[in-house]
Amino acid sequence: MSFSEQLGEHVKRFSSRSVSMLKHYQAKVPNGIWMVCPHCGASFYFKRAGQYKVCPECGYGFRVTAHRRLRMLTHHFDEWDAGLETADPTEFPDYERKIKKAQSTTHLKDGVLTGKAQIGSQTAALGIMDPLFIMGSLGTANGERITRLFEKATSQHLAVILLTASGGARMQEGIYSLMQMAKISQAVNDHSDAGLAFISVIMDPTTGGVTASFASQADITLAEPKALLGFTGKRVIEQTINKQLPADFQSVENGYKRGFIDEIVSREALPGRLEQLLGILTAKKWGGD
Amino acid sequence: MSDTESIIAGARSDRKANMADIIDRLFSDFFEMHGDQVAGDDPAIIAGLAKLGGHPVALVATQKGNTLEERMATHFGSPEPTGYRKALRVMETAEKLNFPIITLINTPGAYPGADAEASGQGQMIAQNIRQMLKLKVPILTLIVGEAGSGGALALACSDEIWMFENSMYSILSPEGFASIMWKDAHLADKAADLMRLTPEWLLEQHAIHRIIPEDMLADGSLQTAMTTTLERLSQQSVEQRLTRRAAFFRKF
Repeated sequence: MSFSEQLGEHVKRFSSRSVSMLKHYQAKVPNGIWMVCPHCGASFYFKRAGQYKVCPECGYGFRVTAHRRLRMLTHHFDEWDAGLETADPTEFPDYERKIKKAQSTTHLKDGVLTGKAQIGSQTAALGIMDPLFIMGSLGTANGERITRLFEKATSQHLAVILLTASGGARMQEGIYSLMQMAKISQAVNDHSDAGLAFISVIMDPTTGGVTASFASQADITLAEPKALLGFTGKRVIEQTINKQLPADFQSVENGYKRGFIDEIVSREALPGRLEQLLGILTAKKWGGD
Repeated sequence: MSDTESIIAGARSDRKANMADIIDRLFSDFFEMHGDQVAGDDPAIIAGLAKLGGHPVALVATQKGNTLEERMATHFGSPEPTGYRKALRVMETAEKLNFPIITLINTPGAYPGADAEASGQGQMIAQNIRQMLKLKVPILTLIVGEAGSGGALALACSDEIWMFENSMYSILSPEGFASIMWKDAHLADKAADLMRLTPEWLLEQHAIHRIIPEDMLADGSLQTAMTTTLERLSQQSVEQRLTRRAAFFRKF
């Protein structure tokens, strides 16, 4: 084989098709050497995502487990209700296997981590939904855990910070999933009536029944850059109106323009921002002794 | 036809498409209110004041419509954010006037359009759920046909939730469910069986309070049942009602 033939082979091997295949496999392995940003498509050496796991090009925050997301916020955390698990209320086929798999991926019994956290010098009730637990979908177990987060926060006079990430209702739990929306909303109301603050942080993706309940019921709504926030899935909307929508139709940047979000905050800046807000909320009130 | 299939067919029957007819049969002196006083008037929500058994009530109902034209305008009974806002403002008026509220539901879900999404469909449903749970007056819901997803729940955070024997209440339409689970809306029949959307199952789970045989609409006994129930609910204290309403959802 001559040199030019060898070069030809080399070029062929790196043809656009094989590059796209390579990207395809990289996208499936977020902990590989190379990462591909699902938002802007940039590919980069994994270390450039840094400890906060964000795209160095566009600032998108990669989907990470709730445990990992917690470590980006605080190292002082007392977990609540860790043992809550679904009882499979509609006896849905193959559901148990799915749950087991999600449990081993996330090290959670269901799709949320809750507890009492110290953020800087401040204390709050903290919940973090896990997008890797059956798409962070809302079922009886994580719904109960979020309800108890608000109930415990109410009795302990704590503000609630809830980081949301969810594909919406847990299809395998049917009406039980729908009822979580009302159950949690009631706990949000009771917490609110006690004069306590609720801060929600929209992570990627926050959709469906979670958007249509507690994610949209906070006093202050923050969001991670480039996260998706919506109610109906984009594909369903496109089929309904028979038109393509822009890629960023449901971005939090657009949500900010529409008035759904107070501020978009990077992962790195979030602990400081939350500490500042909690400081205002717990400051000594006017007219007290 | 399986039981589930016949329930779905009954739930989607054209006889139930025109909620205005059902309102006429149940109530007198209906005065329809229009608009959300902010952004528009959604024809998929009919709301207003009326009398039931001589007493005042506020009504909020979803509307599909009879003709194709009506159904296009109401998106086959799928409300937009302005519809939910209209519903909420009428319910808040009812609270101020101390009128009980009756909601009548026949919707596949909130409208999945681009404008609806951009003008806060999810955000508006979230507000309706919150506010309904707080309303001090009695609320009675009757699911007449379909009741799908958060779009139905936004009108069903009530003291009493009744279903017609041929009606369905579910997390999503069977078509939507099949599309999410198997990426194929044509598997809706298979989905419907798994979804457990029938009144019998929902009553067993205490997700509803009562199943209403449909001839109760024709023979007038539904009016009597509603009157009796609202009378009973009205005799409870506000605190009793709100505690019971919260406990109903808390058990899930």
